[in-house]
Amino acid sequence: MSIGQIVFVVLLAGAGAWFGRQVMRIRRNILLGRDEDRTDRPAERWAVMARVALGQSKMVVRPVAGFLHILIYAGFVIINIEVLEIVIDGVFGTHRVFAFLGGLYDLLIGAFEVLALGVLVACIAFIARRALLRLPRFHKPEMKGWPSKDAMIILVTEILLMSAFLTMNAADLTLQQLGAEHYVVAGAFPISAPIASLFHFSTLAPSTLILVERFCWWFHIVGILAFLNYLVVSKHLHILLAFPNTWYSKLEPRTQVSNMPRITAEVRSMLDPAVPPPAPAAPRIVAGVEMPERFGAKDVFDLSWKNLLDAYTCTECGRCTSECPANLTGKLLSPRKIMMDTRDRVEEVGRAIDAKGTWQDDGKSLHDRISDEELWACTTCNACTEACPVNIDPVDIIMQMRRYKVMEESSTRAALTGMFNNVENNGAPWAFGPDKRMDWTRT
Amino acid sequence: MTDNALRIPTMADMLAAGETPDVLFWVGCAGSFDDRARKITKAFVRILHAAKVKFAVLGTEETCTGDPARRAGNEFLFQMQALQNVAVLNGYGVKRIVTACPHCFNTLKNEYPALGGNYEVLHHTQFINALLKEGRITVEGGDFKGKRITFHDPCYLGRGNGEYEAPREVLLKLDAALVELKRSRAHGLCCGAGGAQMFKEAEPGTREVNHERAEEALAAAPDVIAAGCPFCNTMLTDGVKQFNKEGAVKVLDVAELIASTTDL
Repeated sequence: MSIGQIVFVVLLAGAGAWFGRQVMRIRRNILLGRDEDRTDRPAERWAVMARVALGQSKMVVRPVAGFLHILIYAGFVIINIEVLEIVIDGVFGTHRVFAFLGGLYDLLIGAFEVLALGVLVACIAFIARRALLRLPRFHKPEMKGWPSKDAMIILVTEILLMSAFLTMNAADLTLQQLGAEHYVVAGAFPISAPIASLFHFSTLAPSTLILVERFCWWFHIVGILAFLNYLVVSKHLHILLAFPNTWYSKLEPRTQVSNMPRITAEVRSMLDPAVPPPAPAAPRIVAGVEMPERFGAKDVFDLSWKNLLDAYTCTECGRCTSECPANLTGKLLSPRKIMMDTRDRVEEVGRAIDAKGTWQDDGKSLHDRISDEELWACTTCNACTEACPVNIDPVDIIMQMRRYKVMEESSTRAALTGMFNNVENNGAPWAFGPDKRMDWTRT
Repeated sequence: MTDNALRIPTMADMLAAGETPDVLFWVGCAGSFDDRARKITKAFVRILHAAKVKFAVLGTEETCTGDPARRAGNEFLFQMQALQNVAVLNGYGVKRIVTACPHCFNTLKNEYPALGGNYEVLHHTQFINALLKEGRITVEGGDFKGKRITFHDPCYLGRGNGEYEAPREVLLKLDAALVELKRSRAHGLCCGAGGAQMFKEAEPGTREVNHERAEEALAAAPDVIAAGCPFCNTMLTDGVKQFNKEGAVKVLDVAELIASTTDL
């Protein structure tokens, strides 16, 4: 076994182990949320996932961005077949182990090259869109600092990885043509062949070419392993979570608000003395502590695990915010920020649990990040849930936080208190009694 | 009762007479109390009468569905309203409900089943569309022939419940030119009233949502902005006034357009 192989195996195992650990951390964080069953109607769920995540149906609603995104997506999925060969070559010290596939191999490598070029072009276009066109949704207050940097890191990394892949092939092709030892003649190179001739690779010494080829090979695979571990601290995690998140989509009509059976039981008992009040809920232990039962959401523990999965799935594209009537008219509310705040809070809670072993109340909550002004600006119009390419639901979080405000803190906008009183006393949101219900027939 | 009072049977009247209506007309709070929305209610009733639909209302037994309370976070109040309504509706053995309010429609249709209330619920544009298709009412081109009409999708009907076609199919019967807004159907812009915003001041911002929407609607140069929701109607009417266009552009409910055209 060569030193190269040993280094490769160690890197692969290390990157895999670290990634696995981070995945378990995120899973633990998501499961800090309350339980919610989202496994009904599986056939429909597979269909939604196939259409929305696999088929990118909501991405192409905006055709230009949708097309560019599909280029990157197809490149990501298909070029990963090449990564399988790279891994086998790395572990066993072989070179282009799938070369025996002959014509099929030519087709595959040729396709990877075309896709790699597609990814390169799309990433450059996306950078230009952010930096030069300055689309407003990429420059909202919540995008300042890390989120914008995160986006650029992802795009630049993808450009570097694809460049390394194509340069590697250009050097490899030239070495094949020179009949260099180990460089088996295999593959078709529609993109890297012109690159090789453009940069006069044939004039380089074989040793230089081998150096270029090896450097790019290592850069590419180490880059991929590093990128894998970058995903778990980045908004880019959507490339993995888009699939489960769409599978667990809300299947009910968008404007249907989820029921609170516990309150139904209490109200039934209030309305009918024969119905006993509901028994207290079974204690819920989260991160070593018992969580109080709450009406609505004070913190991430009170949200459902699906809300938290939504938060980790969000890639901060801002299509929600760009269609939100509140945001469009200058209100503080941005549905994207609701998702980012939820994720940042659950990350904060997760770090505290990691540090102390159990959860100890830090005196903070999700409401420290999401203000009343944001919560009360929502019209529940669901433009955001319609716009989200991966079926994230910010309205559900807003609704649960409003419930906490109203039912646990008795805090709401004054006019809404008036509306509540009217509904309670008159059975209408205005101050007209039930005796006036039929007045419209007389006027 | 004055002489020109509409005779509207209530469920209680029907029960006393040993009759069962084909459909319950859920008038809603806006339709009962808001001066503008009452005109929509009466227009829809004229259509029901013209089509000889055997219907009834709950009258004084009707009460808020609880929609604004639920959206504003008061789940207790919502459930109080909803459970009482379900008891009344089930008590009368109601099977079918039609309403001119997309918010009532959404709550009755989607949120009452979890509380034991299972009904076939129709929005009035769906109901009118069916009446037209069955030939129970006919539309004579009339006043709106050749006029430009644009339809504002109510969020709770369109995005919320996927109904985009019924109101448009009805409007097409008017022989009018149906012009689509820049943001329509699934991407329709909210009027600004949903989520209990109707009952409060808007949060601080740079402009009102209904002004944004009215501006867009006026850009389509319509003669009529058609609405399918009493709250959208109020918001758009105010929005059109903001641009001093109330003389040139009418905001009318789909039911009002059909009722006036059929000369009911």
